[in-house]
Amino acid sequence: MKIKLEHLTKRFPNRTKNKPDVIAVNDFNIEIPDGKLVGLLGPSGCGKSTALNLISGLETPSEGKIFFDDDDVTDIPPELRGVGLVFQSYALYPHLTVLQNITFPLENLKGNKKLSKEQMRSKAEEAAKLVQIDGLLERKPSELSGGQQQRVAIARALVKRPRVLLLDEPLSNLDARLRLHTREEIRRIQRETGITTVFVTHDQEEAMSISDVIVVMKDGVIQQVDKPQTVYDDPTNLFVAKFLGTPAINVFVGSVKKGRLFIGDDDVLPINGVDDRKVYVGVRPEGFIPDDNGGLKCKLRGVEVMGRDTSIISHHYAFEGESIRAIVSSEDAPDRDSGDIRFSLKPGKVYIFDKETEERIYPASGK
Amino acid sequence: MKKNSFKAWLYLLPAIIFLGVFMLYPLIDVFVYSFEEGYNSASQTYFGTGTYNYEYVLHDPYFMQALRNTFILVIITVPLSTGFALLISLALNSIKKLRMAFQTIYFLPYVTNTLAVGLVFMILFKKTAYSDGLVNILINMFGGESVDFIDGPYWAKMFVLCFYTIWIVLPFKVLILTSALASVSDTYYKAARIDGTSRWRMFTKITLPMISPMIFYLVITGFIGAFKAYSDSVALFGTDLNAAGMNTIVGYIYDMLYGDSGGYPSYASAAAIILFVIVLTITVINLMISKKKVHY
Repeated sequence: MKIKLEHLTKRFPNRTKNKPDVIAVNDFNIEIPDGKLVGLLGPSGCGKSTALNLISGLETPSEGKIFFDDDDVTDIPPELRGVGLVFQSYALYPHLTVLQNITFPLENLKGNKKLSKEQMRSKAEEAAKLVQIDGLLERKPSELSGGQQQRVAIARALVKRPRVLLLDEPLSNLDARLRLHTREEIRRIQRETGITTVFVTHDQEEAMSISDVIVVMKDGVIQQVDKPQTVYDDPTNLFVAKFLGTPAINVFVGSVKKGRLFIGDDDVLPINGVDDRKVYVGVRPEGFIPDDNGGLKCKLRGVEVMGRDTSIISHHYAFEGESIRAIVSSEDAPDRDSGDIRFSLKPGKVYIFDKETEERIYPASGK
Repeated sequence: MKKNSFKAWLYLLPAIIFLGVFMLYPLIDVFVYSFEEGYNSASQTYFGTGTYNYEYVLHDPYFMQALRNTFILVIITVPLSTGFALLISLALNSIKKLRMAFQTIYFLPYVTNTLAVGLVFMILFKKTAYSDGLVNILINMFGGESVDFIDGPYWAKMFVLCFYTIWIVLPFKVLILTSALASVSDTYYKAARIDGTSRWRMFTKITLPMISPMIFYLVITGFIGAFKAYSDSVALFGTDLNAAGMNTIVGYIYDMLYGDSGGYPSYASAAAIILFVIVLTITVINLMISKKKVHY
């Protein structure tokens, strides 16, 4: 099932009187292809949960339309949209057993959709098997671990065969180890069922690792919609570049003068096709090469050995932030941890953004 | 380890002394008096020991009357007041505007003095030489006959007593239940909505189980409170409750100690122990049911 959002906008009245409305979702236009796993990624408060609630029908949009395939579902109540929603807090009913929780949506069915007890049980068992909790059906939610509760919540959302599965921060309540495991599980379950799935997260690593498509949001506005690798390699603006990647991109204040790129006063790279102006320069951590003849002069602050790689921590006066983090292979690492260090930069790992608009101007967009 | 447990007892000592002197000792004392015939608190003497006090009390028509009144009061007011409180709380929970105003109004009886409320009820219900009371005027308007609610037939008096009791216990229950309802997380209802749950099913399958611990708390304390009813009856029918036929068990105990027919601490003790046993039994039954019905 394909989901299409057209000019979708949601405004909330401001709590403080006489202030403008809060626009949680601002003019969304995306098409989510059938059977894909899509991550809505953005910092907290960027409106990603609101976007999810709009798709589920729990919120009604102020403007715009929502289509499931070719059906306009904008005015259809949530229960008729055929969506399954997994809440951040799971919202399992604490007084019901796992089995009763999973069959709860089925018991609501009326008329000719009504199921017998046996049918409900077999459907619930099927869903439980899919998420691998079939041994826990008689337990109460309080007797389960966080990860197991999460699976029950997914089983409950899947049991009525929704056309769309929505997950709100599915991993945020799990510890780090479980998170890694569960995100693979979500990927597996999504692949096995083939249900179009949208999940919300503020964790870029999570979004990168399992999504087919990432939607990066900021202040209710979509910044970029692309495959994870494309979003990383080809960020449309400074925000996206900063938001994706660990360690984060290193941002410098610089300028372009006569076809050369300067960071501070250091002449670092030749640049073609950019007019002279002030810019932000973003360099991915893997874009630095320690080079005694390199153009970028930094003060070395320390070296962190991580086995295969080494992080070089340094500082430059034009750097925006605390310290520059460069990742180099261990044999290239300097054998000291203070003094000056020079880098040359890998052209493909350098991005230039306009100082005013923060839009990317180099490399010029490939699309 | 031993030293630790000594310290623990030492820390508990103040509470133990207070509870012992003011709770446990009187309880035991009452239990002892109830088996001492004709105990006189002034001279500290008694004739003999045995179950005579219990026999007397259980054969006293006034006690049986009080017992019956109390039971009727309990059986009518506890379920009704809890039910009404639930309805009012649900209504309060579903409105947004004026919610605080209504909450305040519903809470007013709680901070009003029992006897003052009794006075208002007298004005509403009492038939005097000058007026039949507000309620009777209403009844007359709909073509009914005046009823003397305060000095009239038994059922009328019982009706007023139950009405009064429900009204006076309602605010506390409304308060507890509105906060219980507010504490049920909204995501449960959202999840239920996504799954197309009907409102009735949301109420019976989500709301009720979620607030069931609070409902049972109210039922248990409601039973105990209603069994100990006394001031309500006094507020409506005056202090001579035996004559009015509206005495309660606690009223009977009071009369046996201090009333016009008083001076019988032994009978009072026996009646108090009977009340204690009744309340204990009912509470144990309540707890046993709640263990089965309250899910978490």
